[in-house]
Amino acid sequence: MNLRRDIFQAIADPTRRAILLLVASQSMTAGAIAANFDTARPTVSKHLQILIECDLLEQEQNGREIYYHLNPEKIKELVDFIEPFRKLWDDRFNKLEEVMKKYQTKD
Amino acid sequence: MERKTKIDAVDGRQELVITREFDLPLELLFKAYAEPEIVEQWMGTKVLKLENKQHGGWQFETTDPKGNKYGFNGVIHEFSPNRKITRTFEMENTPFGVQLEFLEFEGLTEGTSKLNMHVIYRSAAARDQMLQMGMTQGVNMAHDRLQRIVEALK
Repeated sequence: MNLRRDIFQAIADPTRRAILLLVASQSMTAGAIAANFDTARPTVSKHLQILIECDLLEQEQNGREIYYHLNPEKIKELVDFIEPFRKLWDDRFNKLEEVMKKYQTKD
Repeated sequence: MERKTKIDAVDGRQELVITREFDLPLELLFKAYAEPEIVEQWMGTKVLKLENKQHGGWQFETTDPKGNKYGFNGVIHEFSPNRKITRTFEMENTPFGVQLEFLEFEGLTEGTSKLNMHVIYRSAAARDQMLQMGMTQGVNMAHDRLQRIVEALK
């Protein structure tokens, strides 16, 4: 229960939300993540630490570098994981319907 | 908004099912998949090749706003007009690998139809990766949702 509240506290911060969105597309090192923010590197590190502590982010050692990536299982608790995928198809199919309706009236 | 498109993705399975009902007669829905010029319009892609027959191949290419090109291709295993398309789908230059797609078209009434798309991935992990990619593309929406959840907590 306590942990769950922590996740929501973790994403209450705009920088931490931005970090989650950044690493959603690919694993990144702390340096690469920090390069996207004006905030000082130690501040970004602190945000990363909080995201790690509540399991939203996972670390992976790759040679000398540590990469950060999303923990999809935990993200599922926050948002409906499938919704963006569904929306993508829904938009695509809406477009299909629209195109074919025009095609129909043209005939 | 009405939820017309449904995604059925059972946890731990290597497949998913996408279903959608259309306010279109069956013939028009199928045409949207068969005619290259129409595919280009609704998929927002360039159709380089679309051989609608058994053993035929298909190849699409999309260009993002920055001008980067992305290729997609596959092979058609079955092409039954107004009924079924079985094909493979692969994104070029990505680690995602090939997926198998069963598209079934069904007329409901004179003016409505249904598409059932059964997609099979190499593994459950590969499927989840695709779902996650949807999340990346819908990233702004995910952001909005996060924000709404947070707002609701205040």
